[in-house]
Amino acid sequence: MSNVYLYLLVMAMVTYLIRVLPLTLIRKEIKNTYVKSFLYYVPYVTLAVMIFPAILDATASPVSGLVGFVVAIIIAYYGKGLFTVSLFACLSVFIVEWFL
Amino acid sequence: MSTWREGAVNGIPIALGYLAVSFSFGILAKNAGLSAMDAVIMSGTSLTSAGQFAGLTLIATSAALMEVIFAQLIINSRYFLMSASLSQRIDPSTPISHRMIMAFGITDEVFGVSTAVKGTLSPFYTYGVMSVAIPGWMLGTFLGAYSGDILPGNMVSALSIALYGMLIAVIIPPAKGDKVLSGIILISMVGSLLFSVIPLLQMISSGVKIIVLTFLIAGIAAYLFPVKEETEHE
Repeated sequence: MSNVYLYLLVMAMVTYLIRVLPLTLIRKEIKNTYVKSFLYYVPYVTLAVMIFPAILDATASPVSGLVGFVVAIIIAYYGKGLFTVSLFACLSVFIVEWFL
Repeated sequence: MSTWREGAVNGIPIALGYLAVSFSFGILAKNAGLSAMDAVIMSGTSLTSAGQFAGLTLIATSAALMEVIFAQLIINSRYFLMSASLSQRIDPSTPISHRMIMAFGITDEVFGVSTAVKGTLSPFYTYGVMSVAIPGWMLGTFLGAYSGDILPGNMVSALSIALYGMLIAVIIPPAKGDKVLSGIILISMVGSLLFSVIPLLQMISSGVKIIVLTFLIAGIAAYLFPVKEETEHE
């Protein structure tokens, strides 16, 4: 435990390198259509994979998680902003868990 | 600076969600034998939820540094793709100093809101998000490690969904009326579900799962539905 700072340093360095290399090395606009399309689709896949089914385990019960998930999708579909969608997801979880 | 402000406003739901997640992290850090200050330093320098949770276990068991490096590489490899994706969203003439500061803050959520910006992404927008989100992450860590019972359980539970709500608000609006994006999102979620219910696939860590599915699904989608110059990101 004495070298806990060595661990913290290594963790921070590795994590930063992963983040900084692509952003500093790819300085030009990529022309290749395939690579360009791939990078365009990346956020949708990574975020969708992260959201589901993990959202069901995020709250105290899978039921409230599922309700929050559906509520968020409906409100996002109607074009509300990030803050509104988050707020309503939180509120719906709070209300559902009140009755569980 | 209005771009910064705009980012800061969108950083609020992230900070609230972070508060809940890092609160749980702080409690675990204390249980793993870290001081509140060590836990806050880890949160302020690593900014990676899954990576930090794994880090706690490694520190508590005095793991070899190579193990720490390897674990962080695998768990955080998705940031590599996110960073590459953002490199195409900023102005190509963005100086390297801005790129280096932006890179520090690329978490799943900061990436999410940054990618939701229409047109070219300004580094100041991302700074705005970071300047609210990162203190939230550190404050939650401190509260959890210092006093694990300061936030009531039902509040932590409700706040825990804030991050997911935000990510949903990032991917759903562009997919509205777009069959390709809607299909990609649906397939990604089904794929992710399969990884969590099929026994053999369950053993794969979530970091690896994200990378595998991203290469597979975005790779196939890019081949089948190449993005045309005009339709790209309005």
